[in-house]
Amino acid sequence: MGESKLDLLQGTLDLMVLQTLAAMGSQHGYGIARRIEQASGDDVLLNQGTIYASLVRLQQRGWIAAEWGASENNRKAKFYSITRAGRKQLAKDAAYWQRLTDVMGRVLSMSEKGGAQ
Amino acid sequence: MSAPRRAFARLFSFLRKPPLDADLEAEIAAHIELATQQNIERGLTPVEARRQALVRFGGMDLVKDQHREARGLMKLDIFLQDLRYTIRSLSRDRGFTLIAILLLALGIGANIAVFSVVNNLLLRPLPFPDSDKLVWIAPPPTKCGLSCATYSTDAYDEFRTYSRSYQDVTGYFAFSTPGNLALNLGGAPIPATSIDVIANFFNVLGVQPAMGRLFRPEDGKNGAAPVIVLSDAWWRRQFNADPNIVGKAFDMNGQQTTVIGVLPQTFDFAAVFSPGAKVDALTPLNLYGPPRDEGNIITLIGRLKPGVTLGQAIPDAAQAAPHMCWNNKYPQSCGGYAEKNGEGGVVPVPLKDYISGKLRRSLVVLWSAVGGVLLIACVNLSNLLLARAAARTKEFAMRTALGASRLRIVRQLLTESLVLSSAGAICGLALAGTLIAWLRHQQALALPLVSLLHLDGAALGWTVLIAIAAAGLFGLLPGLRMASGNLQDSLKDSGAGSGQGRKHERLRSILVVTEVALACVLLVGAGLLLRSFLHVLDVDMGFEPQHAAAVNVDYDDSVPNDKDGSLGAARRGVIFQQVISRVSAIPGVQAAGISDYLPLGQNRSWGLPWPKGVKQPDNIHGSPLVYVITPGYMRAMGTSIQGRDLTWDDGPKSQAVVLINRSFAKFLDNYAHWPNHSAVGQMLNDGSGLLIVGVVDDVHEESAEGDAGWQIYYSAMQSGPNGAQLVIRSTLPPAVLASTVLRTLRDINPKQAMAEFRPIQSLVDHANSPRQFFMLLAASFAGLGLLLAAIGIYGVISYGVTQRTQEIGIRMALGATMATVQRSVLAKTLRLAIIGIAAGAAASLLVSRAIAALLFDTAPTDPIAFAATVILIGIVALLAGYIPARRASRINPMVALRNN
Repeated sequence: MGESKLDLLQGTLDLMVLQTLAAMGSQHGYGIARRIEQASGDDVLLNQGTIYASLVRLQQRGWIAAEWGASENNRKAKFYSITRAGRKQLAKDAAYWQRLTDVMGRVLSMSEKGGAQ
Repeated sequence: MSAPRRAFARLFSFLRKPPLDADLEAEIAAHIELATQQNIERGLTPVEARRQALVRFGGMDLVKDQHREARGLMKLDIFLQDLRYTIRSLSRDRGFTLIAILLLALGIGANIAVFSVVNNLLLRPLPFPDSDKLVWIAPPPTKCGLSCATYSTDAYDEFRTYSRSYQDVTGYFAFSTPGNLALNLGGAPIPATSIDVIANFFNVLGVQPAMGRLFRPEDGKNGAAPVIVLSDAWWRRQFNADPNIVGKAFDMNGQQTTVIGVLPQTFDFAAVFSPGAKVDALTPLNLYGPPRDEGNIITLIGRLKPGVTLGQAIPDAAQAAPHMCWNNKYPQSCGGYAEKNGEGGVVPVPLKDYISGKLRRSLVVLWSAVGGVLLIACVNLSNLLLARAAARTKEFAMRTALGASRLRIVRQLLTESLVLSSAGAICGLALAGTLIAWLRHQQALALPLVSLLHLDGAALGWTVLIAIAAAGLFGLLPGLRMASGNLQDSLKDSGAGSGQGRKHERLRSILVVTEVALACVLLVGAGLLLRSFLHVLDVDMGFEPQHAAAVNVDYDDSVPNDKDGSLGAARRGVIFQQVISRVSAIPGVQAAGISDYLPLGQNRSWGLPWPKGVKQPDNIHGSPLVYVITPGYMRAMGTSIQGRDLTWDDGPKSQAVVLINRSFAKFLDNYAHWPNHSAVGQMLNDGSGLLIVGVVDDVHEESAEGDAGWQIYYSAMQSGPNGAQLVIRSTLPPAVLASTVLRTLRDINPKQAMAEFRPIQSLVDHANSPRQFFMLLAASFAGLGLLLAAIGIYGVISYGVTQRTQEIGIRMALGATMATVQRSVLAKTLRLAIIGIAAGAAASLLVSRAIAALLFDTAPTDPIAFAATVILIGIVALLAGYIPARRASRINPMVALRNN
């Protein structure tokens, strides 16, 4: 399988799921997985099944809610939607990630300049 | 915030696994369908569309596991699975399981029992509120026994006034004799024992009554109506647990005495302050009544003020001491408590240290011994599990081949260990419970707080702890061994004679050597304690405990208008002479005599009489213990006299005479330089002068182990005795004698209580009971250790023989005789035993030095204890090896070769 694809860091999948649900509203597992794949430009190494562990974790924390419903072509599927607590958590986590990536970017660029021999 | 919520959700999910699994199935099915649908829309064939959907989804089982792990308690799931498997496999192997549980039950049970004793005596606070604030106030131990550990009523008052560290100070009368209370319900009076306590006694200790009330200050005043507080045990035994007892009055010692309260079951005076004795009731001590001038009679117990430390209380007591007078009427007696032998004479120590401090070392040794037993049991079990694991190599190899991880297999084995140790712990707990219940009822055992022994939360916690530790200890080695095995080899390995088998055997031999070494250490320790105990039994007590018994005699020597007590003394002489002559006339009685105190019980002293005409140096401390006796007492006790015994003519009007013991005579002779070093016929200065008419053997009055101190014996017609213990020497069994003697006594005095007949031997046994108790426990643990080691040896040798059946068969077919086969097996056994003994003996040399302080008259390197241990282990090892050796020699070569 694609060796050049990104391995997901611990916890990042949860954040992606929250963001996806926040952006798309109610969605089923397959939809969320596809959406993440598309958004990441198929750069992420994701077994779609992995999403379900993440979903149950988020659900147990009360950040998303789940409900059985019918899909667009009338199939029975479980639909997830983000809760208020989930939105709060998303804002927090997103801010954290933003800061982390900023810092990482700065540190890494510094090392490039400083590392010139 | 979300963490507890999640934990709850996980637990909830764990409990309803099947519906959640079905839910997930449905969700996954929907996922695959949706994906397939979209793939078809992208133009793939239905079959390819579905295949791609499945590929993108990933490993189905992995996903489900991940889901379950995120959702519920995966570890617990696995654990339950392991548990089911374990129970199935253990119940298949019933013999092994039973032995394992038995070994563990013995090891763990012994540990719990000893822990409970240790917890009761050392770890747990005394059964009083804020008991760490309670102190025992006494001088350091000296020659003069209890008299030097007690204070006069004047001294008590002064101490209370001048010390600043205490909320309050209390005490009790230390010289009550057993059976000092005669309960008269009509018929023969019933003897009981009561202790006089200062009225604030229960307030200081913090004891609340179970019923009624306890003492108030006015109960101890002059002219107060007699009241009594009953112990829980006596209330149940004597008064049938009468719920309306409070307020009832009974004739006790001839006085109508009102029961004002009943003590709670948790407070047993004897258990705390005089272990091994029985105290039925407590009565208020009248500080301002007759005992006021009787000298040192009160023990002191104080409760420190909040915030005051022991370090502050010690100098405070030292500053109060010079104010304390033996008797305020004699100013020269003031300050006498201040210093003794250069040490403070009034020193507070924590009450708990006073009660159980002496036992600390014994208990620690016992605790270690029982830990050693558990260690042996664990090593043994490790060995058994290794043997079992060897037989299961293929099973585990198969499971590994089928995808079980090493971790999973180790976990499975540890689960087995845990199940075994839990079962062992439960049985052990039952065993310990039985042991403790038995111990609790050993009232003759002179150990404090025994009656309060019980299994409590701490003991249960300890049980869990050692069960887990044991499981880790005996389970880890076989577990690791199993998991590290080579899969290929194991599957091919046919068992016998293969490399894996050999490696196992070496490991098992090492374990057995460890066991033997541990057992050796335990046996040497127990052997040394046993030798010490035998030496203690051999000590010449200064009297002959066999064939003698004592009974408390009630008498009334009061005479009206007896100004100087001489009329009473004369009357007492008449009564005692009558008692002794009547009892001596009973067939089978060889000698009879009376003393107020018996050896190894209470004692007192009256100061230090000094040889007449000799100057007494200032630095002499201590004084002889005083006994008030009648003629014949020495002969009845079997104590020999040099000079003459007291006679009935040594009455109130004649020259005051005394007997002194050899040590005291020798001590005085150092200063008096008597002709021929003989004290007989010499005079002591004691007011009117005392004529020494005889020198008697040294009697061990405190314990068999301590040095005999100084003793002085006064005539019961010249000094006031504190009761009368009639000692009778007879070859008749005490039970036969008792009824005749009691009938005679009741004939003389109808008020004589149905007193207990106590063999003198029982006094000695009682004094030796703590040592005997520790020795017996240590010996049982050592015996248990030896048994376990023997099982270990048997197991290894027997397993070795089974493994080598084929080889032995070949050797026999090639002409080896039964004897050679037997010899080779026994030689292997002996080799293991010898290595174990050598290691154990070396370790014992270190350990025995650590217990040297517990030994009596026995060197830590006592050759007999070491030799006996070596021989015993050697014999047991040979026996354990002989059974498999015999089996080996009976192997039929034809059968052996055909098998396997």
